[in-house]
Amino acid sequence: METPLTKYIKPNQAPLDLKEYEKTGGYEGVRKVLKGMLPDDIIGLVKTSNLLGRGGAGFQTGLKWSLVPKEKDVAGVRYLVANADEMEPGTFKDRYLLEGNPHQLIEGMIIASYAIQAEKAYIFMRWAYKKAEVIIKKAIEEAYSAGYLGKNILGSGYNLDLHLHTSAGRYICGEESALLNALEGKRGIPRAKPPFPATSGLFGQPTVVNNVETLSWIPHIIENGSDWFIKLSTSGEGGTKLYGVSGRVKKPGLWELPLGTTIREIIEDYAGGMQDGYQLKGIIPGGASTDFLIASQIDTKMDFASVRAAGSRLGTGTMMILDDKTCPVAFIHNLIKFFAKESCGFCTPCREGLPWVEKVLMKFEEGNATLKDIEILEFHTKYLGPGNTFCAHAPGAMEPLQSGLKYFKDDFLRHINEKHCPWR
Amino acid sequence: MLSEKEREEILEETKLYPYPKAACIDALKIVQHHRGWISDEAIADIASELDMSRDEVDGVASFYTRLYRKPVGRNVILICDSVSCMIMGYESIYDYISKKLGIKFGETTSDGRFTIIPNTCLGDCDHAPALMINNDHYNNLSIEKIDLMLEKYQ
Repeated sequence: METPLTKYIKPNQAPLDLKEYEKTGGYEGVRKVLKGMLPDDIIGLVKTSNLLGRGGAGFQTGLKWSLVPKEKDVAGVRYLVANADEMEPGTFKDRYLLEGNPHQLIEGMIIASYAIQAEKAYIFMRWAYKKAEVIIKKAIEEAYSAGYLGKNILGSGYNLDLHLHTSAGRYICGEESALLNALEGKRGIPRAKPPFPATSGLFGQPTVVNNVETLSWIPHIIENGSDWFIKLSTSGEGGTKLYGVSGRVKKPGLWELPLGTTIREIIEDYAGGMQDGYQLKGIIPGGASTDFLIASQIDTKMDFASVRAAGSRLGTGTMMILDDKTCPVAFIHNLIKFFAKESCGFCTPCREGLPWVEKVLMKFEEGNATLKDIEILEFHTKYLGPGNTFCAHAPGAMEPLQSGLKYFKDDFLRHINEKHCPWR
Repeated sequence: MLSEKEREEILEETKLYPYPKAACIDALKIVQHHRGWISDEAIADIASELDMSRDEVDGVASFYTRLYRKPVGRNVILICDSVSCMIMGYESIYDYISKKLGIKFGETTSDGRFTIIPNTCLGDCDHAPALMINNDHYNNLSIEKIDLMLEKYQ
């Protein structure tokens, strides 16, 4: 089984430095594209590889790049931004790549920048990733001194500057238009779309924002082609995926596996199964803003289409396990508290609605809830859903709530009937 | 007044963007690094340096969770309270630390040594529960490890 993204990442060891990275074939992708590929050829190749965005939304990367207007149509600087603001509860995959193979990301960024003809690129990284900050800074310096960044890269006439920006901390900055505002030094509030960043992004210029895992793929696709990439997956969506498991399993962790590996394989073969005395009750497949799946759906393939068909989203691919000794209401309450706290406050339904939901869930936990409160929760899952708020933050928050109400209704009702949390 | 060092560092950051105002968050981080927190005076200093209004700078400062508009202790403990850490028992870790130091979330010890703040997911979910003290990550926490861990921070 091939593991291109993580092959050279050794736990508890320093990442490959520039020389070591070059020995593994590193930066050959940059040489190849600068010497003999047109930007449109690169975009075409990435399109045929069907690389779907690994940040959670699964938008096709090549298509995103192709939406950037050509230089003859729009003048001025264009930008590439790596979204390294990983903050989705339960998600720890980009940290692994940032700490483990920084040059792979930088090489991917150089190729992506060349493909969209960007002359400036930023890595927008989460403040908490202190180790990654040191590693990325060093790698950027190395890439500059080797002539992979800066003016006239490898004598090609192509110029690119790359900077690291560490955020000051807010979940919403992972949303690409909020990220752009934060990068401009403003409050990190999402922007109205359209215009999409491809036409009007950072400082009003054409911009592409891609996730770290997505960009780390680019050198490999350049080297091995799109057929190779598609064949890596078991489902035809292309590539491997970093899958993670946290919660009461024997060996929580992160593994690079073919896209389309089943939940059962990931939990049983890699995470070692449930801890003794704990049973699997629910699965949040891809971060806090994805719907619950339940134990009977364990044979679902973890790819974009299959998880969607099962009623949830692949999201970040790092799943959280709800066990039978954890109260589902407390689990959901914790998620909603997070979303309420992290609402940017710009639009009223999200700013006011999420704290309301949070308070209602608190009533359940305290044993004061009534049947009316179930109705209030159900009301919010609709009115904070897609189309009623300015961005996807509140609708994301409603995903685990609506599926939780569906699958764990009895547990909600027990809180009402027994007038306390049965798990405490 | 910004110190020479603060001004120099801010100037370095402004070079990375098309106009100085875009370095606002970096400027706030720099000032907080030197002074521990961001006072009204610091807001005014940055506003005049980057040619912004004070309210504009405060709007940015008050948005981000890792910018402190109130004084904090010499050491800041950020306890992850997200769901994986909840399942794995962050509450007992918090209770222990809170009792030991005699402070709750958002409070600072009277000697100014520690502040405890709840924090969203630290990306250590496979080694939950997790926390950070200043720039250091700690994970796979258990109550037995805490005393020794806190000793390092005076």
